[in-house]
Amino acid sequence: MLEILHYEIIRNAIIIGVLASIACGIIGVYVVVKRIVFISGGIAHASFGGVGLGYYLGIDPILGVLPFSIVSALSMGLVSRRSKLPEDTAIGILWAMGMAIGIILVNLTPGYAPDLMTYLFGSILFVSNSDIILMLILDAIIILIVLVFYKEFMALCFDEEFAEVSGVPVERLYLVLLCLIALTVVVLMQVVGIIMVIALLTIPAAFSREFTNDIRKMMGISMIFGAVFCILGISLSIVFFVPSGATIILCMAVFYCLYLGFNYIR
Amino acid sequence: MNKEVINLKDVWVRYEDITVLEGINLVVQQHDFLGLIGPNGGGKSTLIKVILGMIKPCQGTVSVLDAPPRKSRKYIGYVPQYSLFDLNFPITVWEVGLMGRLGHRGLFSRYNSEDKQAVYKALDTVEMLEYKDRQIGKLSGGQRQRVFIARALAADPKLLLLDEPASGIDTHMQTEFYELLEKLKKSMAIVMVSHDISAISMYMDKIACLNRKLYYHDSKELTSDDLEATYQCPVEFIAHGVPHRVLKSH
Repeated sequence: MLEILHYEIIRNAIIIGVLASIACGIIGVYVVVKRIVFISGGIAHASFGGVGLGYYLGIDPILGVLPFSIVSALSMGLVSRRSKLPEDTAIGILWAMGMAIGIILVNLTPGYAPDLMTYLFGSILFVSNSDIILMLILDAIIILIVLVFYKEFMALCFDEEFAEVSGVPVERLYLVLLCLIALTVVVLMQVVGIIMVIALLTIPAAFSREFTNDIRKMMGISMIFGAVFCILGISLSIVFFVPSGATIILCMAVFYCLYLGFNYIR
Repeated sequence: MNKEVINLKDVWVRYEDITVLEGINLVVQQHDFLGLIGPNGGGKSTLIKVILGMIKPCQGTVSVLDAPPRKSRKYIGYVPQYSLFDLNFPITVWEVGLMGRLGHRGLFSRYNSEDKQAVYKALDTVEMLEYKDRQIGKLSGGQRQRVFIARALAADPKLLLLDEPASGIDTHMQTEFYELLEKLKKSMAIVMVSHDISAISMYMDKIACLNRKLYYHDSKELTSDDLEATYQCPVEFIAHGVPHRVLKSH
């Protein structure tokens, strides 16, 4: 009996690790090369408003996060581009606003929010089969859109001005990219939680940059890193009874730092 | 019969209350090589963006190849100030060249063999074909400059716009660079923004000075009044020999 349970947990861990690594591998590379880490962090944190919305409406919080993160991505993109505020100021404001909305909505919901911490810090033990199907669908959407707009995303990230001169609808594509980050946040949130999503979007991609100059290879390598570290982190968390999200992040960070340190000494 | 590539009539650009361009009239014809000089903040980059159709003037008309600039973008090759790039970006010379074909290949389609041929030819023209798999940061400043010119050439442009392309290139490379432009002039019109007046005078056919207003006589000659009006202070000039004369005899 116990063996079957273990088998199921490990099987789930592998599936979740792989599904998370697809989203973070592809989108993380864009986040790192276009240097939009801060706005991505903003989208991730503001998504907490969606958790609150889910509780308040009495639906699965994930279903609250999905629309909420897309709305935050679009509003951050538009406000940071079009208003006269400096970009980082605009992001900082919306970042905190989203979280504040979440806290108020959770507070207004009668009763106690039992698994709130799950959304903040992640826990794969709470991931259900329907969550896995949702991750699968979101991964498919991300892959499809990146395949369709690959050459435009490349131009957008490398040289926005030239892309615009060439007739690429730069602003709209930038908003599409931010929406893909929002979808990625939903995928990764279940694994590491809203607070730590940003690490999964940056560490594997930055690490992969050490090994190649080719953006497609970067995506491949960071997917492998993402999957390996997720599975390793989840396994360690089961063995040592520690939170899985934090364990995954620490695994990645420690390996990356060791690699950088080793390179520095050499 | 010479064909008009750029025609600006009484163009004004204002940012809020500040007038950046004031009553600009400019005609550039096929095979012209126009140098555009003027102080920083004088509106040079703004004028380039007006020609590219990225900034709409609040008054006046802009036409490029007898059409509004947005419609003619396909035929404009643009070389931006190269200092703005992230040199660590994971992109190869070849991929940068392919970007030049974006205007010909719309959304939802991939680059085809025609695009690849155009990039091949463009990299060959600037003699950078052997570096096509090199990451863009692993080139010298002059080589990188030629890659950005190749990207513009890959679009088969009829007009080449260069925004201060020579900054950051050493003197020896600059000679090569201007000789390349000289060669390209045979098949297109070129407009180049620069601070470097002495280098400009050797290779360009026409020079215009810009500081909110444009001082331009459809020739290479500038009066010292033009220069004083542009830079708003007396400008001391080193005279070149007659073949490279910029100022009238005085």
